[in-house]
Amino acid sequence: MNVIHFFAQHREEILELTLEHLWLVGVSTLLAVALGIPLGILSAHWPVWNKPVLGSANIIQTIPSLALFGFLLPVPWIGARADRLAILALTLYALLPVIRNTYTGIRGVDPSVVEAGRGMGLTGQQLLFQVELPLAVSVILSGVRVAVVVSVGLATIAAAIGAGGLGEFIFRGLAMVNNQLILAGAIPAAVLALSADFGLGWLERRLQPQ
Amino acid sequence: MEPNATNGAVIEFRDVVYVLPNGQLLLRGLNLQVQRGETLVLLGRSGSGKTTSLKLINRLLKPSGGEVRVDGADTAKSDVIRLRRSIGYVIQDIGLFPHLTVARNIGLVPRIEGWNSDRIDVRVAELLQLVGLDGDVASRYPHQLSGGQRQRVGVARALAADPSIMLMDEPFGALDALTRDQLQREFLALQRRLNKTVVFVTHDLREALRLGTRIALMEAGQLVTVLSPQDFLQSSDPLAAAYVQAFGEGLNSVATRGTE
Repeated sequence: MNVIHFFAQHREEILELTLEHLWLVGVSTLLAVALGIPLGILSAHWPVWNKPVLGSANIIQTIPSLALFGFLLPVPWIGARADRLAILALTLYALLPVIRNTYTGIRGVDPSVVEAGRGMGLTGQQLLFQVELPLAVSVILSGVRVAVVVSVGLATIAAAIGAGGLGEFIFRGLAMVNNQLILAGAIPAAVLALSADFGLGWLERRLQPQ
Repeated sequence: MEPNATNGAVIEFRDVVYVLPNGQLLLRGLNLQVQRGETLVLLGRSGSGKTTSLKLINRLLKPSGGEVRVDGADTAKSDVIRLRRSIGYVIQDIGLFPHLTVARNIGLVPRIEGWNSDRIDVRVAELLQLVGLDGDVASRYPHQLSGGQRQRVGVARALAADPSIMLMDEPFGALDALTRDQLQREFLALQRRLNKTVVFVTHDLREALRLGTRIALMEAGQLVTVLSPQDFLQSSDPLAAAYVQAFGEGLNSVATRGTE
């Protein structure tokens, strides 16, 4: 009961921090997709790139998030504002699932289909955009889905460096030993993660080739 | 139909060598000419180099030595995309695009070539009829078709832009005996109408005798001999004789084409 009361009272602040949270996750996901899909294609088509690209994305993933925020602090322009820093860090974390699933999706296309396409005289670009990517799209999307769900959780930590988002409630709640405050951050974050998971999962099934 | 020398060779292998990056020699100096309108069958066991030879024609593979000429031009110097679009290509696994309907599969190259959609629709309907499929198949997806239907679509797709050359790599190999027999019969009927230059890969002597106007027997990356179906049955070449022996009785009735 108390929690509901608290939510009703802090409606506006919750909404504002949720929007901030969405902004951090949304921008970083877009960047990760814009960067990760080409890198995934690169490593799927040219095996030389496979190890360095997937290897680096893997290593980034192992850096604890608070430490990563710290590492990025001295970077010019990025370190000047907390939200830029948070977005860059979230982007770096989101890269691995996007790259890996793009790679897996493209490598998973039936080789006979690719050979038929080449034999018919499709150019590399036509093969990529009309055959490989459409056939890999649901696998790529499931990578994006993982990236988004992880980002929603990770973005709460961005509040530690003052980037805002629902983590503000959580950190405040921890400092004040106030469960209601913690829940005010945790519940909307969980709802965001679940709806993103559900929405993208639905899209993934829609786009699955027969 | 005896290949006519004055027509000139449509496809010509000149001392073609193909070596894998790991050094394995797949083709050791192939010399072979394919004449206009003939069905040349490349016969041999797995690893004999027949599929390699086929892929050298549309430059899915590049020769390590020698040259492959198509319509008088060295393929190494041709525009590879133009070359491939001028050659129909059918493979055993068919490789239909699973995310496209039958009509889109067949119409893909015409669409890329910039045909308008009316012309593509007409062509698709024409081709479906040609390969013996109902028009209502056009809107289906490959996974909704039977194996025989899929292979027919594969042939229709290869014919879409009306190439003068067709390359067929064991196109009927994965089909059941009845369907294969039917498709072989249809191939012969189709070939009488269209008169394409066909290079056909198989390891089945019966199929080679039935469909080929000439049979090129390959073994371990080398061409052993090129013979008409009748001559093949009478051949004193030990490998050809071994094939005839292995496939047993009744081959004479199959070998009909070279005498048409």
